[in-house]
Amino acid sequence: MLRIVGGQVYDPAHGIDGVVQDVCIQDGRIVENVDAAPTIDASGMIVFPGGVDVHTHVAGGSINFARAMTPEDHRRTTAFIRSQTNRAGVGGMTPTTFATGYLYAGMGWTTVNEAAVPILSAKHTHEELRDIPIVDKSCCVLLANNEILLDLLEAGEMERAREVVAWQIWASKAYGVKAVNPGGVAAWKYGKNAEQLSEPVDGYHKVTPAKIVAGLAQIVDDLGLPHPLHLHCNNLGVPGNLTTTLETMQNLDGRRAHMAHLQYHAYGGDDWSTMRSEAPQLADYMNAHRNFTTDAGAVLFGDTVTITADGPWQHLLYKLTGRKWGNLDVENETGCGIVPYTYRPTNLVNAVQWAVGLELLLLIDDPWRVFLTTDHPNGACFWRYPEIIQLLMCRDFRRDCMAGQSDKALSRIHLPDIDREYTLYEIATITSAGPARALGLPRKGHLGVGADADVVIYDQDDDVARMFGHPRYVIKGGEIVIEDGDIRATPEGRGLLVRPPHDEQIEAFLRPLFEDYYTMSFDNYSVEMERIQQPEICDCIDTE
Amino acid sequence: MSAIRLTLKEQPGVPLETEVLSPDALADLAHDEIRSLPVQLGKRRRRLDDFFEIEGERSDEIEVHGDLSLLKWIGRGMSRGRLTIHGNVGMHLGAYMTGGSIEVHGDAGDWVGAEMGDGLISVHGNAGGQIGAAYRGSPTGMRGGTIVIDGSTGLEVGMRMKKGTIVIGDTAKDFAGLQMKGGNIVLLAGAELRTGAWMIRGTIISLKPIAMLPTFRLARSYNPEFLRLYARFLSGLGITLPCAADEGRYDLYSGDVSVPGKGEIFVWQPAEAAASR
Repeated sequence: MLRIVGGQVYDPAHGIDGVVQDVCIQDGRIVENVDAAPTIDASGMIVFPGGVDVHTHVAGGSINFARAMTPEDHRRTTAFIRSQTNRAGVGGMTPTTFATGYLYAGMGWTTVNEAAVPILSAKHTHEELRDIPIVDKSCCVLLANNEILLDLLEAGEMERAREVVAWQIWASKAYGVKAVNPGGVAAWKYGKNAEQLSEPVDGYHKVTPAKIVAGLAQIVDDLGLPHPLHLHCNNLGVPGNLTTTLETMQNLDGRRAHMAHLQYHAYGGDDWSTMRSEAPQLADYMNAHRNFTTDAGAVLFGDTVTITADGPWQHLLYKLTGRKWGNLDVENETGCGIVPYTYRPTNLVNAVQWAVGLELLLLIDDPWRVFLTTDHPNGACFWRYPEIIQLLMCRDFRRDCMAGQSDKALSRIHLPDIDREYTLYEIATITSAGPARALGLPRKGHLGVGADADVVIYDQDDDVARMFGHPRYVIKGGEIVIEDGDIRATPEGRGLLVRPPHDEQIEAFLRPLFEDYYTMSFDNYSVEMERIQQPEICDCIDTE
Repeated sequence: MSAIRLTLKEQPGVPLETEVLSPDALADLAHDEIRSLPVQLGKRRRRLDDFFEIEGERSDEIEVHGDLSLLKWIGRGMSRGRLTIHGNVGMHLGAYMTGGSIEVHGDAGDWVGAEMGDGLISVHGNAGGQIGAAYRGSPTGMRGGTIVIDGSTGLEVGMRMKKGTIVIGDTAKDFAGLQMKGGNIVLLAGAELRTGAWMIRGTIISLKPIAMLPTFRLARSYNPEFLRLYARFLSGLGITLPCAADEGRYDLYSGDVSVPGKGEIFVWQPAEAAASR
């Protein structure tokens, strides 16, 4: 039991905008009232619902590959020395599993969605998610280049495809469905990519990226998944890719979708030297079409490592940078590429990318449909979110950051003309209430009665980045986990799952395919329930 | 200001991390503060005076005595002052250092001067591998400064170094100048196999014949002008580089063409050897 007294509460889900009121906690949930509970005096402090990250990469084959590829970063970063409460680890560009939990919680984030899991490495992913303490975790399974599904789409067998997807979600113990460069990663196995939405994917006659996207979105809706299709469009990062992004959104024809890291998909121009921001056009489209949510995938200057299932893009990035390159091929399912990268303010392309992420956050009117992410670790590491909050809340700070940029760079972006400054209420929306709603998690992202008692308390501070970087208290499931920068407790987080109903007969169809095409046997493929820490099966919804 | 003198009194059972043994860390500290500085013994934190007898305070001149073979990171990141070691010393001596000088009267371990920016390290005995190298995963090794090893060294001397000078008195093991990007390596007694492999730029000078990789091509034999200037710089370190035309000349090999690179390896041919070819 706990009572938080006298804090200014920001709870956008209930329209509460900085009202001084008490928050009461019992048995890990928010309740109406508690008697004789210990209190936290939050006078002069700000109370937020715990942060929710809708799109991050914190566990599984690709981030682990990135960890292995960047020992130079582990050396220079601050180490977590083992103590009574925490285990050893390192932070940096690709924090170790336990450190990931400490860093997220240390910033006030209490729920994260791992955005890209191949089924073949789902066991590994869940083992790592288990080792990320404090935060609750969900994950999205990669299906847009799964050859069993592509074959079914080729044959026009939509109903069977739906049964297969339902089976695959449960087999991987996932929460949602992710599409990455639909068709492009399958084509990458032939050294090709999928750049045109309406052209057949290499190796197929009828399947096009457009059909994959529409088909998966339809299946996700038919199954009633609480989180819509999580979509990484074709042509990520390429100048002039706005056309592809808009075509993809039009092609969805009113179906729901979450457009991942839209910053990487909002460029104009014909090549690297003419690349420019098309954020206003994309923001207009977002504003007019309420079937979409998005996350920024914002970029901050500095070192990071890019990891994505988008193998062909990563090969291009390697050719551009001459840095290290890792490539993984995940049998019939997907792939992945890793390239360490440094975003530089003096680089024209990077300067445009930096601006586009902020422009999207500032130009999309509805904070309930655009969320704070950096596509960790691609645009920047998640522990740098407070810097982005400062950029959103302080126009003058933004101007200062742009002061050193070249006229050429400034002519390619729209940020200097944008005066909007986020309010605390809007920050609470884009960091917590909005992403929780987009993920379809009814007990997350708000402080109403019945919500999970995930609460962050910040000391009021004019230095926005410091305030959001160092919460005074972080409470997870009713337990104080961070106090004044110290880790007080490291409870296990929950694993959030969905179990869409499917016809058991589908196994008879799948089993022989495994014998013919997979290195893993069908019986070893599914993730067992025992691997999930504190599993919580969330309800499917009616999407009509 | 007299030197701070430390004498090892207890040999650690496992490696001891002593990056506090650096003028930057000690120069402004009183005696008691020096004694209580933290050192990492395996996974445990201990005090500096658990291992050392300490005399003196507030000085950027430091003398360390004893067999320090298990002591790592001495002089890490130092930017000034003088550190003298009487005895052998362990791995990562002077790594990341940006100034000042280190002198070792004994042998040193691997990674001497790894990723250093400036300063001088001289080791009068032998040293391990990866002298002035880039740490695993890093794109760039030493970016400046000078390392002189009187004895022999291990593998990968100057790996990915970008600038600065490394002089090796006795034989260097395989892969000296591996993936070198710039700077100079002087091999007074030659090297074992695969010298200059993956070399992109930079200069290796060997005073003894070395086995050349097939991906290096003999470009010419001559007495390059810049070597006279370079010899003058080296003479300041007590090292003599022959460069007079009547003494002999240098065979210039260029490579490594497998990268492809524009590195150069100069191999000294004394007059009689050159004449007999």
